[in-house]
Amino acid sequence: MPEKIIVFAELEDYACLTRLTLELMGLGARLASEFDGELDVVLLGDGIGDAAGELASLGARHVYVADHPTLQTYNPDVYLEVLKRLLQTESAFTLLAGHTPAGQDLMPRLAFALEAGLVTDCVGIENSSPGDGPVFIKPIFGGNALASQVVSTPRRIATVRARVGTAPEPTGGGGELVALDPPTIEPLVKTLDRTTEDRGVKLEDSRVVVSGGRGMGGAEGFQALDKLATLLGGAVGASRPPCDSGWVKASAQIGITGKIVAPDLYFAIAISGSSQHLSGMSEAGKIIAINQDPEAFIFKVADYGAVGDWKLVLPALTEALEKLLE
Amino acid sequence: MGLNIIVCMKLVPDPEGPADSFSVDAESKRVVVHGLPPVANPYDENALEAAIRIKEAQSVGDPARITLLSMGRNLSRAVVLKAMATGADDAVFIEGEPFEAQALDSHINATLLAATIRRLDYDLVLTGRQAADTNSGQVGVGIAQLLGIPAITVAQRVEIIEGTVQVERVLPDGYEVVQAPLPALVTVSHEIGDLRYPTLTAIRTAKQLPQKVLSPSDLNGELSSNGLVKRVALAAPSRERSCAMVIAGTPEDTGRELAARLLADRVL
Repeated sequence: MPEKIIVFAELEDYACLTRLTLELMGLGARLASEFDGELDVVLLGDGIGDAAGELASLGARHVYVADHPTLQTYNPDVYLEVLKRLLQTESAFTLLAGHTPAGQDLMPRLAFALEAGLVTDCVGIENSSPGDGPVFIKPIFGGNALASQVVSTPRRIATVRARVGTAPEPTGGGGELVALDPPTIEPLVKTLDRTTEDRGVKLEDSRVVVSGGRGMGGAEGFQALDKLATLLGGAVGASRPPCDSGWVKASAQIGITGKIVAPDLYFAIAISGSSQHLSGMSEAGKIIAINQDPEAFIFKVADYGAVGDWKLVLPALTEALEKLLE
Repeated sequence: MGLNIIVCMKLVPDPEGPADSFSVDAESKRVVVHGLPPVANPYDENALEAAIRIKEAQSVGDPARITLLSMGRNLSRAVVLKAMATGADDAVFIEGEPFEAQALDSHINATLLAATIRRLDYDLVLTGRQAADTNSGQVGVGIAQLLGIPAITVAQRVEIIEGTVQVERVLPDGYEVVQAPLPALVTVSHEIGDLRYPTLTAIRTAKQLPQKVLSPSDLNGELSSNGLVKRVALAAPSRERSCAMVIAGTPEDTGRELAARLLADRVL
């Protein structure tokens, strides 16, 4: 049976498609071709004509667009209503969403509302179990095992990590834009206020992440990380101990209980490499570790390693890079 | 009557345990855990802490009642009693062979918990944002969906204000304040803070707190449903990479050598 693949698209700054959305379009196109199916995409927001037009050029057959002021910011009840109305007429599909804050909040609601099987936090989707539909691969037990799962319901939903798909080149082809009715319900969950801090480069979107661990010894150490991160246009992260000790904000935590990142380049400074941290960054392109302990587990999962006191190694590294990159 | 709060708590192998305590049995498609004691799922401990803070914040009316709800094949009484001793008033345990964690998918988990909660008085249901074993993050919201009550996820603060629940919800770049009418379900994140330690006296007297045990026969109908997600294979992660060690004279030389190497290899 041909598969109907549908991508749930997301925007940043209310207007631009996220990088992960582009990756999902690539992943969706790959699955549509492997399963002899078709690719559709759904986008919710306000004043989103440009983004919808871009999606139409990325290989989608239909671009479902709900464009309405009440959809500018995410509200679970309102978003659920719009998606439920679209999808309850479809008896079989595979819906791909990013493993993002909205994806993590919305997809379980949708899955239970539609009796759809949901696999969250996928690091791969394969066509490896003929007759079962897509096989969804996800880390479990803090990343100590990878489970391959199939969904027995004809409606399937997956939330997918960054870097699983590859952003496609625009085909120039015109997908058909289909306008969805605006939401009608009064949401039970209401947002009263939003407090955001300007964090510079967002950890999740950053192509370079410089992280520190317990061995940083205190808040001061993180200024040295900041210097390297700034030089490379990256963001500063941390393993759990520095966050628990209050050396950095909890929002900097990378790992199974924090953020999951997959930058091109990951610097692990004075991080030993607990599984809970590794499962948040092991998909990084290249991993560079600096640690005083030559036996530290982090060296087993890194591409480049330097043994030594970070207080001496890191400033020399940063200074040398400053000169070399000029 | 006071507010009834139900806190769902799963027992999991200690997620802070070393990586070599977990191995993969590809044949049975199960994760085998060696020598790691069960602990309360850390996020569920955060949920219990949230419940206790709500109870403490109340200055008028009947005190809130906190019910701990846990499900598993064979629940460690040491772990659940210690959790109860931090501030629960009673507990409901769903226990028996069919409730083995690795045999149940999120949909059945949520169905069993929702069926149990439906038989209790509740105003607020709290769960952790996800379990440390499956990392699935769908049971909390699933329970709300099955009960037909509003759900708010990833809370860093939970308060009851005039018949509504008001929540600070973690965003990647800050937080938002959201509100829902009761009854409601909230999933709690670690930003709220660790569960307090119980006093020794409380641990000693915890076993006298009312406990109710539900067995498979109490949930026959719900158990007859099949899961929606099936595990077809299990593999050990291949995280290991071949690491090029950069070696030079002094630590400063090492730093400079690393910089040169990263550029030479076009990593930068």
